[in-house]
Amino acid sequence: MLFFLEVILSGLLAGVMYSLVAIGFVLILKASGVFNFAQGAMVLFAALTFVCLLEKAIPFWAAFFITLAVMIVLAVAIERIVLRPLVAKPPIILFMATIGLAFFLEGLGQGIWGADVHGLNIGIPDDPFEWLMNKGILISQFDLVAAFIAAILVTVLVLFFHKTATGTALMAVSDDPEAAQSVGISLRWIWVITWSISGFVALVAGIMWGTRLGVQYSLSLIVLKALPVLILGGFESIAGAIIAGLIIGASEKLADVYIGPYVGGGLENFFPYFLAMVFLCFRPYGLFGREAIERV
Amino acid sequence: MLKRKELRQESVNRRIVWEKPFFLGVLIVVEKPLLIVNNIEVTYEHVIKVLKAVSLVVPEGGMVALLGANGAGKSTTLKAISNLLKAERGEVTKGTIEFDGMRIDLMDPAKVVKRGVIQIMEDRRLFEHLTVERDLLTGAYTRRREKAAVKQDLEMVYHYFPGLRGRRNTKTGYISGGEKQMVAIGRALMARPKLMLLDEPSVGLAPLLVREIFDIVGTLNREQKVTILLAEQNVAMALQIAGYGFVMENGRVVLDGDSQTLKDNEDIKEFYLGLTDIGKKSYRDVKRYKRRKRWVA
Repeated sequence: MLFFLEVILSGLLAGVMYSLVAIGFVLILKASGVFNFAQGAMVLFAALTFVCLLEKAIPFWAAFFITLAVMIVLAVAIERIVLRPLVAKPPIILFMATIGLAFFLEGLGQGIWGADVHGLNIGIPDDPFEWLMNKGILISQFDLVAAFIAAILVTVLVLFFHKTATGTALMAVSDDPEAAQSVGISLRWIWVITWSISGFVALVAGIMWGTRLGVQYSLSLIVLKALPVLILGGFESIAGAIIAGLIIGASEKLADVYIGPYVGGGLENFFPYFLAMVFLCFRPYGLFGREAIERV
Repeated sequence: MLKRKELRQESVNRRIVWEKPFFLGVLIVVEKPLLIVNNIEVTYEHVIKVLKAVSLVVPEGGMVALLGANGAGKSTTLKAISNLLKAERGEVTKGTIEFDGMRIDLMDPAKVVKRGVIQIMEDRRLFEHLTVERDLLTGAYTRRREKAAVKQDLEMVYHYFPGLRGRRNTKTGYISGGEKQMVAIGRALMARPKLMLLDEPSVGLAPLLVREIFDIVGTLNREQKVTILLAEQNVAMALQIAGYGFVMENGRVVLDGDSQTLKDNEDIKEFYLGLTDIGKKSYRDVKRYKRRKRWVA
């Protein structure tokens, strides 16, 4: 029983890390209606900038805020250079633009900071949490901290969306951009805000994943893990991204441990995609995606 | 492009009295023009010309109707004024639009709203995943720092549309057509506009509801001093509440006059109100109308 609990817990905590990446996608999709292919590149770029600033002996928080500033500047530039000229173009064109953006960011990051693998240590040990260890469950402290940070991040985002005028404006834009414009909501401003927030989320995700895997090119591939999370949770729901992340994390661990032995193992790597496929067949808008509201 | 200062100067010079022999040689003098649309031409996708030389003027505090059939160019005219054409890849290629003594045709749509022009688009266009109350609040987005005033205005909206109060926590995707139109008008009201551009409020509503909506629009015009430019296909209804009307056909204004004149106009009677006392009409009369239309335009 304890072992089962341990598997589930470590799965849930890993799931939180997936959610962190998925949230970045959801934000941008909600506001500008585009699947941001460059999200992974943004995670890499943010983490790379952050780790290299740290290596230049800049204190943690200073490096954090400098990187955040860089991400905001990036958001402004993206709005000005990529989004504004493509306004009112079909979504597929914007999507193609984000593919271009992904290559550009990967190149830029590695051009400035080099392509070396950087270790990132933010001072949280990746050791078992003692209180739980005494009860016989092995859970990494780092995972707990990551989950805690993710929880704070999500709470802040949800409050922002539901309690502030800007948050309401963001929701309005995601429902009907033209109508939003007609009541005086500036689409440009909203885009800058969402890309900045999503840059912030990318930074947090980048730090977490960077600590776990080291900061290197393959960090941009974590988007592949976010994909099944998005399909499961629905592309447009932050709550969906969280819950789906947890489900994916827990189920892949459980599948690996309990079903794995019968099929020769290695289930962890493809089980999320299998789950996503099942969802695509039966509930294509995901658990919390917006089913089109239709009054009969 | 003219600098903003010059723009303002230019419009101040022409401000005092708007005086222009309109179509049919009628001279209109409007003492206090709030909105002057001067000879605009609108092109979509750089090639499709939809409006040709449209001019109209709306006096402060007035209620003016923009009449015409489907595809006459009413919505495009309104969108040109509120500057929402860009989202559909259209643009004003000729002419000027002045509001309250300032050119607005080159302004960002958000700034146009800030200056006091708000459009209520056709088909309500609510944010269907927001609740009624939050949808209403989006209208006050440009005034989001005046929290107390916004709260007061919300009460005002509930005062004019008491039915919405009970629906405040329902998502707008689930409310009825009439309620949707009320939310759309209420939302626009939240911006405290000087000029409301109302695009086809009657579409898809039962006659009784249309009457109710129009009554409220009239009340708003009187009590809240909101100037209204109303685009409508329902000519009979529109001429009942509006003081003046412009008739559009094929992207041009073909006729204008005060409501009574328009109601008495033979062509309007026949083509828009469905009234005729001559019985069957011969083809020649229709031809005459068409010829005249071409001439006026």
